Formats: sequence, C-alpha cells, structure tokens
Amino acid sequence: MTMITAMITFTNMIMLDDFLVRAILAGVGVAIAAGPLGSLVVWRRMAYFGDATAHASILGVALALAFDLPVVWGTLAVALLMAITVTTLTHRGQAMDTTLGVLAHSALALGLVAISYVHGTRVDLNAYLFGDILAVSRSDLLLIWGVSAVAVLLILSRWGALLTATLNPDLAQAAGLNPLRERLSMTLALALVVAVALKIVGALLIAALLIIPAAAARSVSRTPEQMALFASLIGGLSVIGGLFLSLRQDTPAGPSIVVVAAGLFIVSLVVGRRQPG
Amino acid sequence: MNILTAEHVSVNLDGQTILSDISLAVHSGEIVTIVGPNGSGKTTLLRTLLGLMSPSSGKVTRKDGLRVGYVPQRLAIDRSMPLTVERFMSLPTRQTPTRIKDMLIRVEADGLQKRQLRDLSGGQFQRVLLARALLVDPELLVLDEPTQGLDQLGEAAFYTLLEHVRADAHCSVLMVSHDLHVVMSTTDRVICLNGHICCQGTPSVVSKAPEYRALFGLGTHGALALYRHDHDHDHSHDHLHEHDHA
Repeated sequence: MTMITAMITFTNMIMLDDFLVRAILAGVGVAIAAGPLGSLVVWRRMAYFGDATAHASILGVALALAFDLPVVWGTLAVALLMAITVTTLTHRGQAMDTTLGVLAHSALALGLVAISYVHGTRVDLNAYLFGDILAVSRSDLLLIWGVSAVAVLLILSRWGALLTATLNPDLAQAAGLNPLRERLSMTLALALVVAVALKIVGALLIAALLIIPAAAARSVSRTPEQMALFASLIGGLSVIGGLFLSLRQDTPAGPSIVVVAAGLFIVSLVVGRRQPG
Repeated sequence: MNILTAEHVSVNLDGQTILSDISLAVHSGEIVTIVGPNGSGKTTLLRTLLGLMSPSSGKVTRKDGLRVGYVPQRLAIDRSMPLTVERFMSLPTRQTPTRIKDMLIRVEADGLQKRQLRDLSGGQFQRVLLARALLVDPELLVLDEPTQGLDQLGEAAFYTLLEHVRADAHCSVLMVSHDLHVVMSTTDRVICLNGHICCQGTPSVVSKAPEYRALFGLGTHGALALYRHDHDHDHSHDHLHEHDHA
C-alpha cells in the first residue's frame, strides 16, 4: 500500500503534476542563478540596480499585454533595455544611486499606469507585483530553467574576468580585459534572471531574492566562489522553506520565501561570528 | 633599447588639459621615477603609458608584446567580497599553488596564502600586490605610489624589497611617487612632472634643478638624496638615513 503511494508520488514528481513540485523546481531554478548573480550585485554595490531592472519589468508586462505578446517577452525586452540604459548612464559618471532611484521608481509607476490603460481592471496586478509561483506551468518551468541556465553559463564563462573587473577596473584593464564588457555581460545575465523571476517572487521582491541569500552567504564564506555557491544553496532553501510556510500558514508564497531568506540571513550572522574571517 | 616611448603626448579631460606635450622613453633595465605635486597628472600619465586611457594627441608606443606587471595606486577591497590572498593572485588567470608560493617568497610574504585580503596590514598588502604583478614575469614593473599609507619604516622596507625583487627579475621599473623624500636609491632617472615635464635627470641633477626647486620649494632641497646611496657602500644596515637638514 505504502509502496503504491510512494510510486504515485514518484510518478507525480516525474510528471511534474503536483503544483508544489513545479513551484519548488521553478524557485530553485531561479535561486541557482540568483546565487552568483546576487553575489556580484552585492560586491558591486548595485542593489538598486536589481530593483530598477525588476521594477521596469512591470512596464514590460503592460507592453506585452498591449501588443498581445507572451508576457515574458515584454519583461525580457524592457529589463534588457533598462539594464543597458543604467549601464551606460552610470558609466558616464552620473551619481549612481540617484540615477537608479529615478529610473527604478519611474519605470514601476509608468508600468502600473500603463497596465491600467491596457486591460482595465482585469489584470491581476498582484501576480506581477508579488509573484505567482504556485501557478507555474510546465512551459514556465522550461523557460525558467532554460533562461537561468543561459544566465549562469554567461556568468561562469566570464567569472575570472568579472571578478577582476569588480575588484578593480584598472587591474582588469591592465590584464587586457575590458571592464565595460564584463559589466555588460553581467547586466545581460541580470536582466535574463529578473525577467523569469517575476513569476516567482514578483517585481517588488526580486531584488530581495538576489541580495538576501548573497548577504547571508557572505558571513560564512572565505572565497568568492564559496559565497556564490552558498548563496544559491541559501536561496534554494528559502524557496523550499517559504513554500512550506505558505502552504501551512496560508500566507502569500513570494513574500514567505523572502521572509525565510531573511531568517537565514540572521542565522548566518550568528554562525559567521564564530568563524574567523 | 626603448620598451616604452611617449611622443608629444597630451591628455585633455572634461575640457581641462591634464598633460601637455610629454615626451619620454623608458629603456630596458632602467628605473624611472615620476615625481610631482598632487594634481600634476602623474597617475594620468601612468595610465596613458599603460594604455588604460588614450592620449588626446601624441603617440604612446610600447614594445610588441611587452609584459607589464602593474601595481595600482590604491585597491579598496570591498568588505563584501571574501577573498583570500591565493585566490586574489589567481585573478584573472589561474595560477598553481607552487607558483603563488614562489612569488610570495620573493616578496617575503610566504604564509599569507590563506589570509583574507582585507585583514592584511598595509605593508603586507603592498607585498601581495607586488607578488601578483610578478606573476606575469614582467619586463616592466609599473607602480603607482606603492608606499602610500605606509609609515616611514614600512616605506623604506618596501623600497629595499623592490630593489631586491628588481635585481632578481631583471625588469625595468616605472614608478610614480608624490613623496620626494623617498626615491629608490637605484633610480636612474627622475622625471619631475607638473602637467608637463619640468625637468628630468638623475636624482642629484633634478634636486638641484631650478624648475624642481620652484615646484617644490627650497625646503625640500637635498631630500631626494635621502635614499640615494653611493653604490659601493654597504646596504645591509643603512636603510633609514636621518634627514640631513630636518
């Protein structure tokens, strides 16, 4: 009897029938990519950058709905555009936090206004603002893993160069690297992940999924690679923990994931204190 | 043989002329020190010579495939990135532990491999930067104010070390210093910079030049000679001379 139940559960997992299994897989897929990417965001002090890109994706949702395109194309296009805009603007030496603050919130507001024009009140804004991880479909899953894999490969293929450029642009340039190109490749990866993470935690909390696991990993790591890996692990744990919290307590899934991540961050502070470094 | 040449190089930034009509050459095996007050364009000149920025006019020529070891002015290590010395040495190109150890031995910093970069003292940090620059087996070592932030003792020790390292590596050295009290004793040529080249020559010639005096005031007369020893005397115990007129 138990054997049969186990087999059914197993089959369910294989077939990804269970919405919870799909939700976990989707969240973990994003968390894996968010680990190294979020670490880079933290090292480069670009927390606001994640916000700007994420908030802009709401504008992408509006545009996609207006032109009857799949939502992900809209978010991807606008996230990329925003990422490139921010990279060029900050490269010109504008005050970074102000530029990002203006862009991030303008894009969010513009997106919210645009959505109200497009579909009246019929669009479920909550799904885009706070995520809709429990409604992830099989094709969503494919997209999330595909895009995350591309982002991770992009970052890993340039890892050494990215680290050097992050540490000191002159040092990178003296070694024959182009710091601007490294910045752009990171920006591209960020836009990719943000576009698919919209479904998981929503535009308002994407930056949290990038930064909190990386910040938690910081206290317990000795090398950049360790930090990236731990960030992925902590992100994955947050997804799983958050989903179970959401299921048991009937809380919204996206925010629950971030709450668990924040809890793990506090734990990391305590654990990190015991270790040198 | 010249490994690095600048011909009539000028650099303008945001409508301001930072450098005008700079011509200089670094010969193989030579030690050249650029001195000048703050804002005289020393770092800009170094960056232009290295190809990190392009001149507005004029021409910089580097020997084909010149291997340059670069020690940047300041490297603010963000506390947010955990980074051990050995991992840092492997950026951007992976190095074997043996090679890292070899280089650290050459700068008398072996044993620091597992330490976090941000926990190092100023002197240790400069040594690690130097060791990293040596990894490329440089023909030219470029240092931008390498002793900034070190105390006098640390400064003297660093220059002594640099002389040993250079003797081993047989490379040219191009160095920037704002501190006129300390110039490598084996410096072949001092270039005095203030937007343009005021004067250049051996340390003793430059310290007596009227252009140099005009720029730095008479008070620093003789200061350049502080670390310029006669080559035939004993180097083992004399790295901290008294300032002769302080």
